[in-house]
Amino acid sequence: MCGIVGLFLKDKTLEPRLGAMLADMLIVMTDRGPDSAGIAIYGAPSGGRAKITVQSSRPAVDFAGLEALLKHLDAGVTVDLKSTHAVIETDAMQAAAVRDLLAEQRPDVRVMGSGDSIEIYKEVGLPKDVVARFGIREMGGTHGIGHTRMATESAVTTLGAHPFSTGADQCLVHNGSLSNHNNLRRELVREGMRFETQNDSEVAAAYLTNEMAKGKDLGQALTSALDDLDGFFTFVVGTKSGFGVVRDPIACKPAVMAETDQYIAFGSEYRALVNLPGIEDARVWEPEPATVYFWDHEKAA
Amino acid sequence: MDISVKRESLEAMRVFDLATTPLRELNSALHAIAPGTNDTNFEVVNPRGSHAVAVGIDQPVTVEVRGSVGYYCAGMNDGGTVTVHGSAGPGVAENMMSGTVVIEGDASQYAGATGRGGLLVIKGNAASRCGISMKGIDIVVHGSIGHMSAFMGQSGHLVVLGDAGDALGDSLYEAKLFVRGAVKSLGADCIEKEMRSEHLAKLAELLARAGVTDVSPTEFKRYGSARKLYNFNIDNAEAY
Repeated sequence: MCGIVGLFLKDKTLEPRLGAMLADMLIVMTDRGPDSAGIAIYGAPSGGRAKITVQSSRPAVDFAGLEALLKHLDAGVTVDLKSTHAVIETDAMQAAAVRDLLAEQRPDVRVMGSGDSIEIYKEVGLPKDVVARFGIREMGGTHGIGHTRMATESAVTTLGAHPFSTGADQCLVHNGSLSNHNNLRRELVREGMRFETQNDSEVAAAYLTNEMAKGKDLGQALTSALDDLDGFFTFVVGTKSGFGVVRDPIACKPAVMAETDQYIAFGSEYRALVNLPGIEDARVWEPEPATVYFWDHEKAA
Repeated sequence: MDISVKRESLEAMRVFDLATTPLRELNSALHAIAPGTNDTNFEVVNPRGSHAVAVGIDQPVTVEVRGSVGYYCAGMNDGGTVTVHGSAGPGVAENMMSGTVVIEGDASQYAGATGRGGLLVIKGNAASRCGISMKGIDIVVHGSIGHMSAFMGQSGHLVVLGDAGDALGDSLYEAKLFVRGAVKSLGADCIEKEMRSEHLAKLAELLARAGVTDVSPTEFKRYGSARKLYNFNIDNAEAY
């Protein structure tokens, strides 16, 4: 199993509540996967600034003096510590240099995700604990994705938790299991992608990143995924302004969606959606097999 | 019906609010009903997508579920009448033995799977694998059904007023399939068959029992097994 939730807001007045709504949806899905949980939140981008979410298993050691260290590169850098994670905000021009310095000076720190607006928090444990640990309820944003994992293809570790982020402002969560991920990983490595885990879902994320790097939009990349990925999957993916869903042609992994004037919501089960405002009058449907769904704030605007 | 009797039965309606009552209390109450009791009317409110609502009924009770349910609602039903005033998650009425299950909204995948008897009515659409491995159940879907429906169906009837998805009736045995709309593709060993008078009569009966009044049996096509894959034959290896 595994539980997925996603929320893409159309109504700006709901944005301050995004974290709270997603947290509640994810906690309902706890019994679909108690191994680990994670959430990606897309907040408002602040012009010219980049966000890098990092993680350490020894935060007291690795995050000590981190801000002072990074100030050598960018005097305006901020480091927001949240338990095992920290969100570094820096001048976008310095983001690559910050990552290089981290790799050199703090080699045990892992980058969970980076971009203009994405923040990713994931840990081993139950959704309610992961959500509380990182203060997800207090976070606002335009869209977000959550996942609670029942591990199949790789170890139960922080890095093996979802969402997986393999490109700027991109993330993916997965319910299912891929059968051609080892071959695909080798091909993607040859094309220059880097991998942190042996996880099949990370391969799917990297595949989409690689396709979008070739100029495809999210919808086109998901369409190619239907041809190139073999196995069972329901994917929910996020980009800086977009939100997409696709299921494999067999479609045995569950998926329910709801749409109102205020939001588009995804849940592995209808249970995850029942507390959303106006759900009684929402259009509720199951995404069709082998069919790409995607929405984009920029294209809608 | 005598009005006083009706009032008595209404007063005896037992309401379970799943927002405040554990699901197990509902199902235990349904399982504790003794044969011959008059206390047979149940209402379930706030199901909120709960799993296994009203499973294992083995008495002629009536259950009205006010809202949408999750996995396996009314599973193994044997004689009960369960109406879901909402949509149903995967596996609704799975392995039904007898009785009636009505879904006012849509049903998710494998509705009525392995059912041995009774009637399942879905007033909206059903997703993939509707009636998979059906063994005597009758299923009437007012809307359309997804791919791989009636896979390995052994007996019973599947009636679809809308369209059917890919691979309808793959590896079919003797279940009879009636589809009014388009069939995207037929599965291995499933073929269109002649609609004879006995089929029209059975279809008319099923439509009437499912509350369909404005559709004629003559609007349907019948599909069934070509009976070439019942036993392994090397000449048919390509078809498996």
